[in-house]
Amino acid sequence: MRYVIIGIGPAGMAAADAIREIDEKSELVMITSEEVAGYSKPLITYFLGGKVDEKRMFYRFPWCFEEKNISVMTGTEIVQVDPNEKRVISKRGEEIPYDKLLIATGGSPFVPKIEGVEKEGVFTFTQWKDSKMVASYIVENNVAKAVVLGGGLIGLKTTEALLELGLKVSVVELADRILATTFDKKASQIMTRALQSRGCEVYTDDTVVQVKGKRKVSKVLLKSGREIKTKLLIIAVGVRPNVGFLEGSGIEVNRGVIVNERMETNVENVFAAGDCAEFRDPSTGESTNIAIWPVAFAEGEVAGYNMAGRPVKYQGGVPMNSVELAGLATISVGFTNVEDNGVEILKYFKEEENVYRKLVLKDGRLIGAVFVGDIDRAGIYTGLILQKVDVSSFKNDLLREDFGLVYLPKEYRKKLMEGELKVWLE
Amino acid sequence: MKKKKILVKEEYCIGCRLCEIYCVTAHSESKNLIKVFRYELGEVAPTVIVEEKEYTTFAVQCRHCEKASCVQACITGAMHRDNGTGAIYVDQEKCVGCWMCIMVCPYGVIKRGVNKKKVASKCDLCVDREMPACVENCPNEALVLTEVGES
Amino acid sequence: MAKRRPPADFVVERDDYKCIRCLACVRTCSYGANFYDERANRVFTENLKCVGCHFCEAICPTEAILVRHNPLATRENAHWTSEAVTDIMKQAETGGVLLTSMGNDKPHFTYFDRMVLNASQVTNPSIDPLREPMEIRTYLGRKPLALELENIEGGIALKTRIAPQLKLEVPIMFSAMSYGSISLNASKSLARGAQMMGTYFNTGEGGLHKDLKEFGENMIVQCASGRFGVNVDYLNAGAAVEIKIGQGAKPGIGGHLPGEKVTEPISETRMIPVGTDAISPAPHHDIYSIEDLRQLIYAIKEATRYEKPVGVKIAAVHNVAPIASGIVRAGADFVVIDGIRGGTGATPKVTRDNVGIPIELAVAVVDQRLRDEGIRHLASIVVAGGIKRSSDVVKAIALGADAVYIGTAALVALGCHLCQKCYMGKCNWGIATQDPKLVRRLNPEIGARRVANLLRAWALEIKEILGGMGINAIESLRGNRDVLRGVGLHEHELELLGIKPAGEAW
Repeated sequence: MRYVIIGIGPAGMAAADAIREIDEKSELVMITSEEVAGYSKPLITYFLGGKVDEKRMFYRFPWCFEEKNISVMTGTEIVQVDPNEKRVISKRGEEIPYDKLLIATGGSPFVPKIEGVEKEGVFTFTQWKDSKMVASYIVENNVAKAVVLGGGLIGLKTTEALLELGLKVSVVELADRILATTFDKKASQIMTRALQSRGCEVYTDDTVVQVKGKRKVSKVLLKSGREIKTKLLIIAVGVRPNVGFLEGSGIEVNRGVIVNERMETNVENVFAAGDCAEFRDPSTGESTNIAIWPVAFAEGEVAGYNMAGRPVKYQGGVPMNSVELAGLATISVGFTNVEDNGVEILKYFKEEENVYRKLVLKDGRLIGAVFVGDIDRAGIYTGLILQKVDVSSFKNDLLREDFGLVYLPKEYRKKLMEGELKVWLE
Repeated sequence: MKKKKILVKEEYCIGCRLCEIYCVTAHSESKNLIKVFRYELGEVAPTVIVEEKEYTTFAVQCRHCEKASCVQACITGAMHRDNGTGAIYVDQEKCVGCWMCIMVCPYGVIKRGVNKKKVASKCDLCVDREMPACVENCPNEALVLTEVGES
Repeated sequence: MAKRRPPADFVVERDDYKCIRCLACVRTCSYGANFYDERANRVFTENLKCVGCHFCEAICPTEAILVRHNPLATRENAHWTSEAVTDIMKQAETGGVLLTSMGNDKPHFTYFDRMVLNASQVTNPSIDPLREPMEIRTYLGRKPLALELENIEGGIALKTRIAPQLKLEVPIMFSAMSYGSISLNASKSLARGAQMMGTYFNTGEGGLHKDLKEFGENMIVQCASGRFGVNVDYLNAGAAVEIKIGQGAKPGIGGHLPGEKVTEPISETRMIPVGTDAISPAPHHDIYSIEDLRQLIYAIKEATRYEKPVGVKIAAVHNVAPIASGIVRAGADFVVIDGIRGGTGATPKVTRDNVGIPIELAVAVVDQRLRDEGIRHLASIVVAGGIKRSSDVVKAIALGADAVYIGTAALVALGCHLCQKCYMGKCNWGIATQDPKLVRRLNPEIGARRVANLLRAWALEIKEILGGMGINAIESLRGNRDVLRGVGLHEHELELLGIKPAGEAW
């Protein structure tokens, strides 16, 4: 048996661990287009901000792969998958045969068409090398001011890092508010204020239409007509599943690679997991592409087990994010922006302490939660969301300051305390 | 692998909260209840949480889950399972305070460090003690240490 | 100013250096005596609310608390004691009967402490119980005068039919305490402890909670004047039935569980509606004579198909010997005698402290009377009321008992500090309370372990003493008054006890 995993992110690493849990002997190859394997992508903004050094960037140190008898191919971009011959082909022309293949290639940054976007000083921000390049560009060019295009999580975490470095930062967001996809309006508003209080400028309903400068960026022009002087432009408007290389392979792709509850694609022996995968829930028929670490990890694990022959089903996940910006910790879980009929919203806001909580209920179940400022015990709500627990009997306790396990129905609590609840997989 | 596990016997918790103060003391510099109160308060916080509602009270700390959401969600590798003890520890050096673990722990037993320091804090099963401090000092044996799994 | 408040019985002293403001004492005091002043950041106690249960002292992790008795600060007076004076103050205020709990706390009823035991020296060898077998197993119930055997094919068999017996691995049982007077966790502790040690606990007059059914083989069910919870299933649920006529802590009076305390589970076990008063009348209204008692005994024997011993419990009163004789003649398989120091969940203080006679005298005269009448073998004698150490057990058996009941001693093992406030239902130790917040303080696993430990320890000590006297079976101790000598007792007391004064040889 020969396992091949393309991509060494959370999905790839979780899959490798799962495979090794069952099958210690068979050959296992992990391939990445990057030069470094085993580092943690979400840490690149912390690296930029100086909070994490080179060593701590590694989620898995290179020797960990060796210990587990995993061969790693770095700098190897796969350009073709050939299921008929059961092999993948790299850009350099290497042919790598597989018995079981996992596609865990994650996402690649989307770069909108902007005039002058090719100039020096314009970066996307999804890989460690981006972080390193930005860091040295700042030093070499004495950058004191930066513009970040995109007020999503990556954009804002980058903003946070740049603020840490002492730069002045302007955030430009096309939508009417930052964090529009993950957080609700109120949370966005609180975060905007927090960023502003740290000297950060936030422009919404706006975007960069032109990058000015000779060879290097000197200013950017916004749609609104405003011009901002800056030597650095970070583009963080979103990530797309990295699936282009699958064209012609016969593997079904929508936004991401379509997978079932066992993370199988339509092609035999080919699995996919993580940001590049799109999970089609067999119970609803709906498919979702949730590009977050915990989902990638869980999907990777499910894929790994199934590849190694242990039938495990993925239970489905919900979007969730945790981020601390400008000293404000925030967590968002599930569907927080739904406002249709039949949805009940519970809110709690303490302005002076920047503490905000919002819970979204539908049909007696919790489907979303937002926490700003006070995130303690947020996981209990996540548990309720993932387990689809009927909360109607203790709805009124949900927003209590001392809310905890003691307010949960006794049976659920007992289940929690005794058997460990299976959160992600069955 | 034999794994230590703390059982929570909800029906016998008397809500005295001694587990909290013994937890703090066990993780303090001086290991002395009075000195901790006088000189070290604010430097350490309990990792056991006591919940109370009417007459129901119980203490809960990290369950060291078989499939641990916090380990899955950790972006740094700081939250990890020790292969020797089977328990889950957080490597304070590695932790960057992204709070993914807080977001996913269904027990809500991972906390931000004292003064919201950017490092997660959780029960370490008192690695350097024979018996976790909360278990040893629970006056009504509402917390009990057991061993699960095969040796 | 005639009106004044009585002084606090206790003073709670707190060492402020040691107090770490963990507030465990504040959180756990069921009487609300301890409180925290946030602005002062200090913990204080309202001494008047303190009952002296010492729970805070026990829970305090830094030993910062000391609960001290607070004697009345009036002129010292041997006659007008502080207790006498404060009692008057309380009654002048309330105009009511003073209630109290547990047993008689006066010093002048303890004969056990004025009797000493013998040991072997030179002329007879003592026995080392660690190396030689020592039998303390005891059977309670009617014994035949002689055994008749008959020849059968291939050997001989017992012809005599032996009446049902209770088998005790240690001659100590847990006396009747109802679910209601004590918590379910306390009952469970005793039940499990009895099971662990091969002895019995007693349901008291409260019916049988379903959680206790599994302990049937180690259970004596009680049938008292209120007949609460009594039906045929109940009578058959245990190993024996005990008819309770009286109780040492309150001879001659009945019991009263106020309606507020008759909660759902209590109502279920007592088989009365929720919220109604549970009144146990002073007498059994169907028993006004020995003949009436006989009817009940045999009614119960019928109901239990003569498979279970039926006993009768009485308080030790002046006429105890002839009454016991009547009980044996009425058909009881064992007689329980409860002395003046017997405990209770609630009793008028005046009754507890003044009515009845010491158990030592009672057992001595009952044993003698039954022997004199030649009916001692028809029933076993169980002694109760203030047994507080293993030597008391040995002395009681030497005076003629078969076994003893312990109540207070078992509760002390469970945590009781004898604050005598059981009647308030707020027991901090989770024993004499039905408040769910307090009941959980008694973990029956710990409780069972502790009461079993107590019996184990006493059993070892009993064997030690027996061995010292050269006796290797508790049978040889029963009624063996020669092993006892009295110290500082009057001639007539010695005569009643049937013992010689210390210094006098065989």
